[in-house]
Amino acid sequence: MSAPVLEPQFASHAQQDFARSFGMWVFLASELLFFGPLLFGYLYLRMHAPHATGMASRHTDMLLGTVNTAVLLTSSFCMALAGHAAQGNDRRRATRLLALTAALGVVFLAIKGFEWHQEFDEHLFPGVGFHPADATDPATVHGIELFFLLYFAATALHALHLTIGVSACVWLMLVLRHPPPRGPGNEAVELAGLYWHFVDVVWIFLYPLLYLTARSGG
Amino acid sequence: MTSAQNDASIVDEGTAPHERREPSYLAGGYRLIDWLTTRDHKRIAVLYAISITFFFFLGGVAAALIRLELATPQGDLVSDDTYNKLFTAHGIIMVWLFLIPSIPAVLGNFLMPLMIGARDLAFPRLNLASWYLYMAGGAIVLWALLAGGVDTGWTFYTPFSSMFSNSHVVAALSGVLVLGFSSILTGLNFIVSVHTLRARGLSWFRLPLFVWANYATSLILVLATPVLAMTLVLVAIERLFQVGIFDPALGGDPLLFQHLFWFYSHPAVYIMVLPAMGVASEIIPCFARRPVFGYRFMAYAILAIAVIGFLVWGHHMFVSGQSMYAGMVFSLLSFLVAIPSAIKVFNWTATLYKGSIRFSAPMLYALGFVGLFTIGGLTGLFLASLALDVHLSDTYFVVAHFHYIMVGGSVMAYLGGIHFWWPKVTGRMYSDTWGKIAALVIFAGFNLTFFPQYLLGYAGMPRRYHSYPGEFQLLHVLSSAGAVILAVGYLMPLGYLAWSLRYGARATPNPWRATGLEWQTDSPPPEHNFAIAPVVVREPYAYTPEGP
Repeated sequence: MSAPVLEPQFASHAQQDFARSFGMWVFLASELLFFGPLLFGYLYLRMHAPHATGMASRHTDMLLGTVNTAVLLTSSFCMALAGHAAQGNDRRRATRLLALTAALGVVFLAIKGFEWHQEFDEHLFPGVGFHPADATDPATVHGIELFFLLYFAATALHALHLTIGVSACVWLMLVLRHPPPRGPGNEAVELAGLYWHFVDVVWIFLYPLLYLTARSGG
Repeated sequence: MTSAQNDASIVDEGTAPHERREPSYLAGGYRLIDWLTTRDHKRIAVLYAISITFFFFLGGVAAALIRLELATPQGDLVSDDTYNKLFTAHGIIMVWLFLIPSIPAVLGNFLMPLMIGARDLAFPRLNLASWYLYMAGGAIVLWALLAGGVDTGWTFYTPFSSMFSNSHVVAALSGVLVLGFSSILTGLNFIVSVHTLRARGLSWFRLPLFVWANYATSLILVLATPVLAMTLVLVAIERLFQVGIFDPALGGDPLLFQHLFWFYSHPAVYIMVLPAMGVASEIIPCFARRPVFGYRFMAYAILAIAVIGFLVWGHHMFVSGQSMYAGMVFSLLSFLVAIPSAIKVFNWTATLYKGSIRFSAPMLYALGFVGLFTIGGLTGLFLASLALDVHLSDTYFVVAHFHYIMVGGSVMAYLGGIHFWWPKVTGRMYSDTWGKIAALVIFAGFNLTFFPQYLLGYAGMPRRYHSYPGEFQLLHVLSSAGAVILAVGYLMPLGYLAWSLRYGARATPNPWRATGLEWQTDSPPPEHNFAIAPVVVREPYAYTPEGP
């Protein structure tokens, strides 16, 4: 059996498992609010410059964004299966599924990087070089620039989280071979899974806000 | 009534840890490395206490220089630029390095596990990590101050902070960001510990109010701090890349910054004052020998303050240009937060009613807290009134108001808590007489320092100015004189508490005959707190009047 080591402050494994997964949930609540100012900024922009927001979102690459959404959802599926395998104490299968999850995460990051590169080439990165192709009116340009600032900040923060998630998968793959106390208990896969799904859910919000706004009827 | 009943133990006597004594948490592992790698929540609390005290006196030096400058109407002691850097240093250090972590990280870390009958917090390594983050954040802030200082004020208002200030804003922002992560981890640890590690029989409504207060504070820490962190990142982005997020000249909106900043920083006031309320709720019943009046309402009031505290940030923006309707809503909500606060003050008063009150040092501090918090709270109503706030905004009235809440409230309660639990933490008694004298000196010095500032503000003296018209001098001199008395009062505990460490009488496990779980173990407690897991069989605050 690969039961985790019982820390002295806990009376039972059940209590320890509960504390750990509860801790992860509280952490994720905190993480969610990390994206709060960006979403609030988006709401603010949307209210004050609806036209510019609409124009700006048409500059994003909807195809790549949609493909990435599919990639990320698939990775979450693999992660869920990995958690299931770990629960059934099949650590070898869990390791393979973690590898698949991490690989899909890397694919997502690669596509995202390519997208950023495209947008950089189109002078859509905020700053002195910012120069959208279709707007000249300063107010609109400012609105579009702020949209892209929020876009880059939100997607970069998301990518940072995903990178941490990929690292967690790789770390688990390396240490799952050892049973406790050297390696982690099976519940570690579940905790990594919670985190992964959280990162996925954040994207589920970012995708429509950044890519689909004002695209209807267009 | 026998003395055993009088002792009002809430622990089942059969499980009281009298046998099989373990060595105290202070014994063994004397080397520095043992302390720096400890996972014991009690040792981490001591580490926090030492570092927080250092920053408190550092922030105090800045305050002293500010008061010295303001003793004369001319700006003759320091230049205007230095003055701006001084009040910024004072604000940043006192808010983020002292007030926010003081009670949760020092008293909370030490007491939360003891009060819920646990052997440690749920995540001891994370607890140590949060202390290291605190130290790292403190070091970065210190570096920013030593490298030339910051002149934006602790609020980092944009676009000044993001575009125009030539000082070390990004470094200071990074320091505050790191400190924020430290708070989040502490809050997370408390929340999980209260949910998972309570002793058998310790239901939610048997928790001490100190635990309730720190629990509610932790919720604010976990939910509000990330917003501040991200906001500071946006300021840094605007500053580094010259992108218009907050600067109107670049198409940004400075109101956006204020919304985001105060969404954290108003709840931050409750991060500072809720734990202080928790401390007062422990001390007052103990020294009045009465159960706390309306325990459940006290707990609900704590939660109500935490929740409503999230909805009132806009009262910092009455004169900023937000819409009139937003101002009206925020004004109403700000009045609402006075209700649970008043419930607490009334219930402390009711607890004292017909109590057999002992005026020991911790009690004097706690009563001082209630008095100063009440004055600060009532003047808060002035500022919550939309029309009156237009007159008082950015004057010394505001300065006096928040110092009454944060210094008169939080610092007074922090000192009260230090005195109350000192025997538990160190195993030594201090001189009660000196403690009482210090409490009175601090109370007198505090009022002399800050009450004239209400009058100054009402007469129109703006804040953040380093010179002023001559007619304000009398009140400024009174305030500066009060600051000297206050400084003496703050230095006194350093003396007699340090003295007690070596020469003080040995403390018994329960010198105040209090009923909390933390008093049911040795003073100082053993490494794992309780030899046998305690079982709680009574309601909290089961105090009875002392016999003749």
